[in-house]
Amino acid sequence: MNKKTTAREKNEFLWGWIFILPTMIGLVVLNIYPMLQTIYQSFFKTGDFGKGNIFVGLANYRKVFGDAEVWQSLWNTIKYAIVEVPLSVAIALILAVFLNQKIKGRSAFRTIFFLPMVVAPAAVAMVWKWLYNSQFGLLNHVLPMKRNWVSDPKIAIYSIAVIGIWSVIGYNMVLFLAGLQEVPRDYYEAAAIDGAGGVTQFFHITIPLISPTMFFVVVTRVIAAMQVFDLIFMVIDANNPALKKTQSLVYLFYDYSFNQGNKGYGATVVVVLLVVIALLTVLQMIGQKKWVHYS
Amino acid sequence: MHKKSSMILIYVLLILVSATMLVPFAWMVLTAFKTVSESTQVDPFVIFPGKWRLDNFETVIEAMNFVRLYINTILLIALRVFCAVLTATLSGYAFARLQFKGKNLMFSLVLLQMMIPGQIFIIPQYVMVSKLHWTNSIWGLLFPGLVTAFGTFLLRQAFMGLPRDLEEAARLDGCNIPQTFLFVMSPLTKSSMVALGIFTAVFAYKELMWPMIVCPDSKQTTLASALAKMQGQYASNYPELMAAALIACIPMIVLYLLFQKQFIEGIATSGGKL
Repeated sequence: MNKKTTAREKNEFLWGWIFILPTMIGLVVLNIYPMLQTIYQSFFKTGDFGKGNIFVGLANYRKVFGDAEVWQSLWNTIKYAIVEVPLSVAIALILAVFLNQKIKGRSAFRTIFFLPMVVAPAAVAMVWKWLYNSQFGLLNHVLPMKRNWVSDPKIAIYSIAVIGIWSVIGYNMVLFLAGLQEVPRDYYEAAAIDGAGGVTQFFHITIPLISPTMFFVVVTRVIAAMQVFDLIFMVIDANNPALKKTQSLVYLFYDYSFNQGNKGYGATVVVVLLVVIALLTVLQMIGQKKWVHYS
Repeated sequence: MHKKSSMILIYVLLILVSATMLVPFAWMVLTAFKTVSESTQVDPFVIFPGKWRLDNFETVIEAMNFVRLYINTILLIALRVFCAVLTATLSGYAFARLQFKGKNLMFSLVLLQMMIPGQIFIIPQYVMVSKLHWTNSIWGLLFPGLVTAFGTFLLRQAFMGLPRDLEEAARLDGCNIPQTFLFVMSPLTKSSMVALGIFTAVFAYKELMWPMIVCPDSKQTTLASALAKMQGQYASNYPELMAAALIACIPMIVLYLLFQKQFIEGIATSGGKL
């Protein structure tokens, strides 16, 4: 008996490793090694003409902390996230609550709201840039006020955040709809008998019961928003006066690493981003005790 | 009465949001058929093109070599989906159902990859691709998508949800591990495989930074990164830019409208990775 178990264990060991081997080799070569390499690289300076690596110790990090451009980019990224995440979550939640009722055309609405998720951000950004065009754009023609939506350094980052919200509402909404399906109908019926209106029900039943989903959506949206790149890269040209006030950390990383050829400094910027995202995630994990109700 | 008026309000809001979602697409279509002078006329503002011309489409298809871009993008999607589904199903099964030494350590590497922002991998991945002389080739585009930590996690969850008895029964019938996996277990995770496939396809189609870095040659690159390049060249010819954007979007939109349920489920299970 004992011997048989051992043979089976051996067999499972063998096949287990055969099955995971392609994935593990890939992960080590494509992710684990590159991660360590990037951290390693952040202690080097790429020589002139991209030649040779010169060990500079913590110099890149000291430079990052004294670099006004990096701080500004971090601030731009945070501004983007502060607008994009709460608004896209709030709008998506309200839409999900609407669509969680007996509504005619429910699936048509869902299809429309989700549509931007299957369109390349490059194309989305091109269309919005055209809508925002200060001379010929639809927005300045339709809206009562005329603005330089994407070239005024004061508002450009918010204009980009609007594109981000527009793009992601449907996705957040689908996640909320899935969460709402779990909320038992009789809770609402009981509340209605007690005379609670729609708004009271929303704040006292829906929000607490859906808070685990909300937490998940907020955490993942913050991580994604902190990595914003495509929209900014596409909307803001290199000679746009708003560039300095809109470029994100990932934009800066891309610019240093692949335009200016300073991979060492690019690596440092991305390690800083990693730390910032980790910090924000940990803070939210701690903060969740205050508002997330797990049944 | 109160109920009825609030329902009307809900419909009005839903229709307003729908309009907000659709107007940019409508404007893209309308602009794509206009001439440059129509698109830049302000007084009076032109909404519909005077004539529905295909000139802009013809120009950009020729200039951008769209046929080639389509082939590149479809090939990339096919290869990425194949690699992701194959490797993730195998490893997902092993992590869910087999007991072996080193499993937990290996799985923690999978989780680590999922938690780390993807940009941290890009510089070394690019250095590897250029050492292999795979820049401006399909292999360079494919490279970071050979395996998938997220897919492994997704398929592991799917296998964990299947009843134990099935495997026991298969084993008693004399199936060995690969047979059990292939004929009994993996067919039952088909919906997760489809979800992963769709997610992988949409991700590969939307991705911008990697193809820009690894395939700067606009003939070898994907639709998304070619759009970025084109914007730099035709900066102010919006009718042509919109025509190009429309050509790049249409196939995915049509597929989405045909397979909405699978698309929404596939992307929604991605858990914020997109």
